[in-house]
Amino acid sequence: MSPKPKMTSSNLDFYYGDFQALQDVNLEFHERQVTALIGPSGCGKSTYIRCLNRMNDLIPISRVEGRILLDDEDIYEPSLDVVMLRRRVGMVFQKPNPFPKSIFENTAYGLRVNGVKDKGFIQNRVEESLKRAALWDEVKDRLDDTALGLSGGQQQRLCIARALAVEPEVLLMDEPASALDPIATQKIEELIHELKELYTIIIVTHSMQQAARVSDMTAFFYMGKLIEFGDTDTMFTRPKLKQTEDYITGRFG
Amino acid sequence: MRNKRQSAEKLMQRIFFSIAGASIAILFLIMVFLFMEGLPIFGVVSVGDFLFGHYWYPTSDPPDFGIFPLIIASVSVTALSSVFAIPLGVMTAIYLAELASKRVAEIVKPTVELLAALPSVVIGFFGMVVVAPFLQDVFDIPTGLNLFNSALMLAFMSIPTICSLSEDAIYSVSPGLKEGSLALGATRWETILRVILPASISGISTAVILGMSRAIGETMVVLMVAGGAGMIPESIFSPVRPLPASIAAEMAEAPFRGDHYYALFAIGIVLFVFTLLFNLVADFIAHKYRQVGEASL
Ligand SMILES: Nc1ncnc2c1ncn2[C@@H]1O[C@H](COP(=O)(O)OP(=O)(O)OP(=O)(O)O)[C@@H](O)[C@H]1O
Ligand SMILES: [Mg+2]
Repeated sequence: MSPKPKMTSSNLDFYYGDFQALQDVNLEFHERQVTALIGPSGCGKSTYIRCLNRMNDLIPISRVEGRILLDDEDIYEPSLDVVMLRRRVGMVFQKPNPFPKSIFENTAYGLRVNGVKDKGFIQNRVEESLKRAALWDEVKDRLDDTALGLSGGQQQRLCIARALAVEPEVLLMDEPASALDPIATQKIEELIHELKELYTIIIVTHSMQQAARVSDMTAFFYMGKLIEFGDTDTMFTRPKLKQTEDYITGRFG
Repeated sequence: MRNKRQSAEKLMQRIFFSIAGASIAILFLIMVFLFMEGLPIFGVVSVGDFLFGHYWYPTSDPPDFGIFPLIIASVSVTALSSVFAIPLGVMTAIYLAELASKRVAEIVKPTVELLAALPSVVIGFFGMVVVAPFLQDVFDIPTGLNLFNSALMLAFMSIPTICSLSEDAIYSVSPGLKEGSLALGATRWETILRVILPASISGISTAVILGMSRAIGETMVVLMVAGGAGMIPESIFSPVRPLPASIAAEMAEAPFRGDHYYALFAIGIVLFVFTLLFNLVADFIAHKYRQVGEASL
């Protein structure tokens, strides 16, 4: 394990108004590693992942306590540039949310808002990103069609392509495969394998098999708390806690 | 049992059908009346001379029934008022939906909507006694009752419509789209300009057109502040006489079923065609840009 984590959260508490959704979460994410966040629905996985790029800032009643570091920099520091942070920490949302624009423009969006003007460069990057997200073959003849005409699974892959196009340092994926068929899922998993050479990846998943296949580390959440965190292999073969074992093996009540 | 329920259902359906039918019938009757009272004028003047004739002297002898100056007046007043109302209305809507804090929005929004509750005669009065003398002084013009003044007052009247409907359209853009844009490193402004506005453009266009159709049909305000001169305006400070103002001002003095009376109804037909066009365009835009797919909710 590399000595210095890319991202760290320490003593993280999160509130929606009076409701505490996260309680004292301590986690480390390392470069060139995939970390899977697992846990039952409503345990706070999305809430947690959305803290890492400050997406929860948009929810007016929310409140964060504790610290999250990105390369030693506190991302909740008032002086921090949130736009810059989000350029470095990309995100694929649980629900596909393509813009009402063409497939091409969706993929190029991040580049355009980052001030890239070079047409050839954008063209190449769009193609490359769509290929990596296993969508290129299906859309290469209709890049100018609206993205809203794509199926749910295609939309999700488009959102992955869109996030890849800006080459973030950390990639947050909230159940990226929930709307995908087995073939597309497999392609996405291969992609994650490939991307992990370059990025730090954090992925929320409901599929234990997927967590086991793609991740190096696994974090198990339950009711807003981090229950167990460790090496995926160890966690799936010899979990420390009974609760973790029950969830992983599907005996969870 | 079953029969009873079925007949009750049929009865309900009939009642609702007749209620819906009644309002359509009334609308139809009004239209028939409008055309019956308006069309006879075309026995006196040709459609072309009526629409494009430069002189509106309905009471002189022989009378002139050219409404071109009135049409120009209505069109220019409406156009100038939308120059004021569209930017103000849409920008206020963006501010309310995207930028204002909840507390500010809660105060500003009802205030803007209250503007719609002001009776038009009050706005006209304000234009007459406050704005007109002010314009006269500042621009050193013979009268403050003119095209500019009425455009300004009409803008006041259409801003609430434009703002309120645009705000609804902007507000209903799925938060997921906004998050998607911000997550790619877009700023708030880039998100508004590149994602939120395009996603709500159909609603905003509808709002603008409905606001403008309100302005073109508005009578009291233009009657009070437009100045009433039936001539083609030479500048934005010329007094004008828009279509509805002519009808309202002259109807009482026009002899029943005389040529003048018919001409005023024919003006009503022209006005009707204008607002109908506005509404058709609004419908067309709403359909053309309507989003498809589940992600557009
Ligand atoms: N905007 C919000 N306002 C208030 N409460 C919220 C909000 N979003 C989530 N919550 C609550 O926070 C808790 C955690 O939700 P979260 O979406 O993080 O769960 P999750 O682990 O991602 O679940 P799932 O697997 O179903 O996506 C839930 O109890 C949820 O009801
Ligand atoms: Mg979730």
